[in-house]
Amino acid sequence: MNLHQLVFWILSVIAIGGALGVILSRNPVASVLFLIVTFFAVSGHYILLNAQFLAIVNIIVYAGAIMVLFLYVIMLMNLNGDVEPQKSKLLQFAGIISGGILFLVLLAAFKTTQLSTTPINASTSIGLISELGQVLFTRFVFPFEISSILFLSAMVGAVVIGKKD
Amino acid sequence: MPIQYYIFLSLALFSIGVMGTMMRRNAIIIFMCIELMLNAVNLLMVAFSNYWENSNAQIFVFFIMVVAAAEVAVGLAIITLVYRKVNSVDINILNRLKN
Repeated sequence: MNLHQLVFWILSVIAIGGALGVILSRNPVASVLFLIVTFFAVSGHYILLNAQFLAIVNIIVYAGAIMVLFLYVIMLMNLNGDVEPQKSKLLQFAGIISGGILFLVLLAAFKTTQLSTTPINASTSIGLISELGQVLFTRFVFPFEISSILFLSAMVGAVVIGKKD
Repeated sequence: MPIQYYIFLSLALFSIGVMGTMMRRNAIIIFMCIELMLNAVNLLMVAFSNYWENSNAQIFVFFIMVVAAAEVAVGLAIITLVYRKVNSVDINILNRLKN
């Protein structure tokens, strides 16, 4: 087991443990913090996969911006574990069973996929910002401009929905 | 690492997100589980982008992050509005929308 594999397993355990913490902890603030842990582990996976730019963007956008937004909303609503609504045990059990069955079905479907099992090449530069910027501003320039309109409409929508009437 | 490991990891993360959406009643937690599912898909896309040495998938991941940010801004505004009206984020309360 070399260093790459060791880091992969550690990050995988952190990611899955954080994800389980999100859905199992009663306190919503703890859920948000577990989700941030998961996002950091996923960013570590991006670095292992030579997607350095996406790793940084994942930390800045997800862990930095989106999760702070979640924390602010939870803080404004003053939610904690005591007022947390819980489904009945039967419904929780049904949710776990159906999610587990989904996992098993997907696992069985993907287990037989025929891909060559060569190790992932670790010496490419496709994840660097120069390479990605080249592609983003030539082939994907139109979706890039459309996404600015999406952001504008989301901003206007959030302000209109959120303002006091 | 073989690509299969990344496939299984993102399947596990996605299934945990699905489980969370079905287990919880807090609308904010359900939102967070949706973010978890989006991140599982992103991880799979980056793994395959590295596998085929093609950067188009990483651009897709970038756009998924853009859409997720816009979605969270609007969705949290809607949740805040609902909280102001009914003083709760319990999704069972939202049955009232039927009438």
